[in-house]
Amino acid sequence: MFNIPKKDAITFVLFAIVVLTMPIWLTPFGASYPALLQKFAIYALLAVGYNLLFGLTGYLSFGHAAFLGVGSYAAVWSFKLLSMNPVLALSFAILFSGIFALAIGYISLRRSGIYFSILTLAFAQMSYKLAYSVLSPITHGETGLQLTLQDPRAIDLMFIERGSSLPTSNLFGISMSGYSGFYFTAIILLIGFFIAQKITSSPFGMMLKGIKSNENRMNYTGFNTKPYMLTVFVISGIYAGVAGGLLSITDPLAGAERMQWTASGELVLMTILGGVGTLIGPVIGAWLIKYFENIFSAWNESVLHGFFAFLPDGFEDIVVTISSKFVGEGWHLTLGLMFVLVVVFLPGGIMEGARRIGTMFKNNKDKKTKQSSDSEKGEG
Amino acid sequence: MAKASENIVLHVADVHKTFGGLHALSDVDLSIEEAKTHAIIGPNGAGKSTLLNVIVGLLPPTRGAVVLDGEVLTGKKPHEINQMGVARVFQTPEIFIDLSVIDNVMVSAFAKRDGAFKLKFSKSLENEKEINQRAVKILTEFGLEDKMQEHAGSLSRGHKRRLELAMCLIQQPRILLLDEPTAGMSRHDTNTTIDLLKDIKATGMTIVIIEHDMHVVFSLADKVSVLAGGRIIAEGTPDEMRASTIVKKAYLGEAS
Amino acid sequence: MDALILQVLNGLDKGGAYALIALGLTLVFGTLGVVNFAHGALFMLGAFCAVTFKKIITLEQIVLSKTELSPWGTPLEIRTPYAQQWFGDFGNVLIEYSVPFSLLLAIPVMLFIGIAMERGIIKHFYKRPHAEQILVTFGLAIVLQEIVKAFFGANPNPQPIPQIFMGAADLGVMVGMAENVITYPKWRLVYLFFSLGVIAAVFAFLRFTTFGLVVRAGMSDRETVSMLGINIDKRFTIMFGIAAVVAGLAGVMYTPILPPDYTLGMDFLVLSFIVVVVGGMGSLPGAVLAGFMLGVVQSLASMTEVKDIIPGIDQIIIYLIAVIILLVRPRGLLGKRGVMEN
Ligand SMILES: Nc1ncnc2c1ncn2[C@@H]1O[C@H](COP(=O)(O)OP(=O)(O)O)[C@@H](O)[C@H]1O
Ligand SMILES: [Mg+2]
Repeated sequence: MFNIPKKDAITFVLFAIVVLTMPIWLTPFGASYPALLQKFAIYALLAVGYNLLFGLTGYLSFGHAAFLGVGSYAAVWSFKLLSMNPVLALSFAILFSGIFALAIGYISLRRSGIYFSILTLAFAQMSYKLAYSVLSPITHGETGLQLTLQDPRAIDLMFIERGSSLPTSNLFGISMSGYSGFYFTAIILLIGFFIAQKITSSPFGMMLKGIKSNENRMNYTGFNTKPYMLTVFVISGIYAGVAGGLLSITDPLAGAERMQWTASGELVLMTILGGVGTLIGPVIGAWLIKYFENIFSAWNESVLHGFFAFLPDGFEDIVVTISSKFVGEGWHLTLGLMFVLVVVFLPGGIMEGARRIGTMFKNNKDKKTKQSSDSEKGEG
Repeated sequence: MAKASENIVLHVADVHKTFGGLHALSDVDLSIEEAKTHAIIGPNGAGKSTLLNVIVGLLPPTRGAVVLDGEVLTGKKPHEINQMGVARVFQTPEIFIDLSVIDNVMVSAFAKRDGAFKLKFSKSLENEKEINQRAVKILTEFGLEDKMQEHAGSLSRGHKRRLELAMCLIQQPRILLLDEPTAGMSRHDTNTTIDLLKDIKATGMTIVIIEHDMHVVFSLADKVSVLAGGRIIAEGTPDEMRASTIVKKAYLGEAS
Repeated sequence: MDALILQVLNGLDKGGAYALIALGLTLVFGTLGVVNFAHGALFMLGAFCAVTFKKIITLEQIVLSKTELSPWGTPLEIRTPYAQQWFGDFGNVLIEYSVPFSLLLAIPVMLFIGIAMERGIIKHFYKRPHAEQILVTFGLAIVLQEIVKAFFGANPNPQPIPQIFMGAADLGVMVGMAENVITYPKWRLVYLFFSLGVIAAVFAFLRFTTFGLVVRAGMSDRETVSMLGINIDKRFTIMFGIAAVVAGLAGVMYTPILPPDYTLGMDFLVLSFIVVVVGGMGSLPGAVLAGFMLGVVQSLASMTEVKDIIPGIDQIIIYLIAVIILLVRPRGLLGKRGVMEN
């Protein structure tokens, strides 16, 4: 079970170190507060799971926001009805998002290519619209589903008295907000990352890559590709469900807007930006986008004035006016531009960029060593 | 039962295939014998590839059936037909261009070992030693050993064909279908391919080969069927076909 | 019965908008083979052509009155639109009819935007996989919508209906029914006829001009046409421009019905993709038929009688139809077999 190739083991250890030390190394970037750290871990998990489907098989789903939403609602209901225990909440998130993904996947996978994308889009939109309207008793529509003082919490109340304030999610007393909440999400991320590594390096992962490369050939080679696709679709949907559950665990409020198709769109952006088909890429993409969303969007003109203060006055004003369109409210513009540029010039995302720079350095080094060995020869 | 029918591996029974009004195949009846190489020749558009498409389950026949070792293939899905032992090399190579050469062959080997669907993710690829060794072995036999780690998409057309052949053979199929395996090859490459196919034939493999090149046909085939306009117009040994006037008219008339 | 007719009518104008957007999407897909997720943004840009035109036309000169005082005791500001100063009465007409007049602005602007988009980005994606086309045009849509947000803010911008199209027309009376049985807002009627007109124009253009002939030939068999030595790419660029204009015009005229904000494009995009798929990828008549059909079906599903039987059906009916069509007839209502079935 735990035997993974050495290279993967090294990647995993490094990744674990990076994730667990985030509160330290993100401090200089002003991003080490718990709420944001939790988001980093949760959206990274979401992107890793999405990449299992899109990156490995090439099937572009616009429906993953629905699974995220289902996971969030399941977790909050688990809090309301049973207990504030996050593990229990996650189990429900897994169960319901899994069933949901199985149903949607079973139907959507009857088609491939853009038709598959549109089917998933249609299902996600239906879920979103219904969550806002008829399903209000379950989702509480626009207000969103939240905890109340009157919640039954059947299991918890067997052991403790009902308090006078809203309870917070806790794992046997360890609060799921603040830094302990971050470490909980980080550990789930690491588990998710490990499973993704296993899948990618297994024969199953190879079958999925085969489907992406040439699904017809897979059939003539003797594979029934449908169950493979359905399996990875459900796994990927469960990742989204877990991410949704974690969002509720760290902040018990679930709203329908999480299910809108633009939320799926954002997920696609993360994956592409970082590097689709790689394990680390989607994580980087998720971190960048969440960082921009939270930090960039808080920048305003006065911050920019501080930033560009070294410029001559008139010039400074111009630069500030222009750049202010790209931060704060306008950070989506930066995001869109970045995305277009990546798709046009760097289809492999940031990971491909890193690889290109890497080979550039290597080539330079090779040249230099070659030159030096040549000159040695010359002397000798 | 007669002795001959015991040796028949694949029987194409009265197959018709129409596309709209076009009769691509009419009354095609073929018996492929065990361990023999059966060539199907005919002018362009005669329906040769369509025949293979019907056999592997890509196209449903309008009428008729295909039978492998007494089991009806018609109506089955392509992967089921492959699992029953039918492997095919396409006219334009169908390989996994994004995977490495060795992975292409390994995927194929997994299909044979694990069946149409089996979830395996506890064991990583690196630990699949047995499959890996078999893949290395067959690639070495096919002269692709120094290309094993390359992307299959970067191979030359001839090498892609070879790779596809290796992917089929690692499955040790009951019957091997080849669609113009030497088309577009130089004389030299054609001859190497003939040698390769002779070796395969020598292992007792049952082969159906579609070919344009008479040199290839006469070097390999035990039996030849001539397809023209979707019908089989002649059938016999290579020598008989060489002598037949009908064949000359239908085939060489078109070729010139 | 009357209620039914009314609902059908209500669906038709929305259907007209769907049909126009879907028509452009299909043109682009059929000619260039590109799945354009930025097409909704073009609809939105058209709508903002109307907003811009009105902004320009209502720029006011502010003069402080020397004699009169405002209720607060400051000199009264006299505001006169420049348009009125320069053009007199015509200026007033211009302001009142700003929406229809914006069409004149929208045509060149949208043509330019369309061609620039195609030459700048889209053309590099002809041979790339559909997934990448979706991604790059999706990014483009975000950029366009954010630019609009940067200039116009996030609030909806209501646009005026010209005086004579205000209020409702009593259609029932015209066909001999009692008064006030079937009344229909006049502007929606205008929109319906406008969309029919544009659709007819596009079809006529493709049918009766040599340009259209070549494009249609190119849609069915691109290789052959380019082998004839015809520069099909240039024509396809122009087709992209035309598709942009059609989307833009649809957007302009829709502004009095729905005050546009920057998210307008995304809202319509998803629906128009559904429309295209239901109609059949690559089929122009299919896009038009499906556009009107879905508009009407959606409108019928929002009748209380229907909602009482199946709660929530009005919210999901369009998606439900799309799912069913894709499952039982993946090529759509009028689509050709084999288009993108893989
Ligand atoms: N999927 C198809 N749809 C319609 N017509 C087809 C299809 N496949 C083949 N044909 C037609 O059937 C005839 C036989 O084609 P094919 O089997 O490819 O000939 P060949 O003998 O050269 O391999 C040709 O006229 C071809 O155009
Ligand atoms: Mg052929």
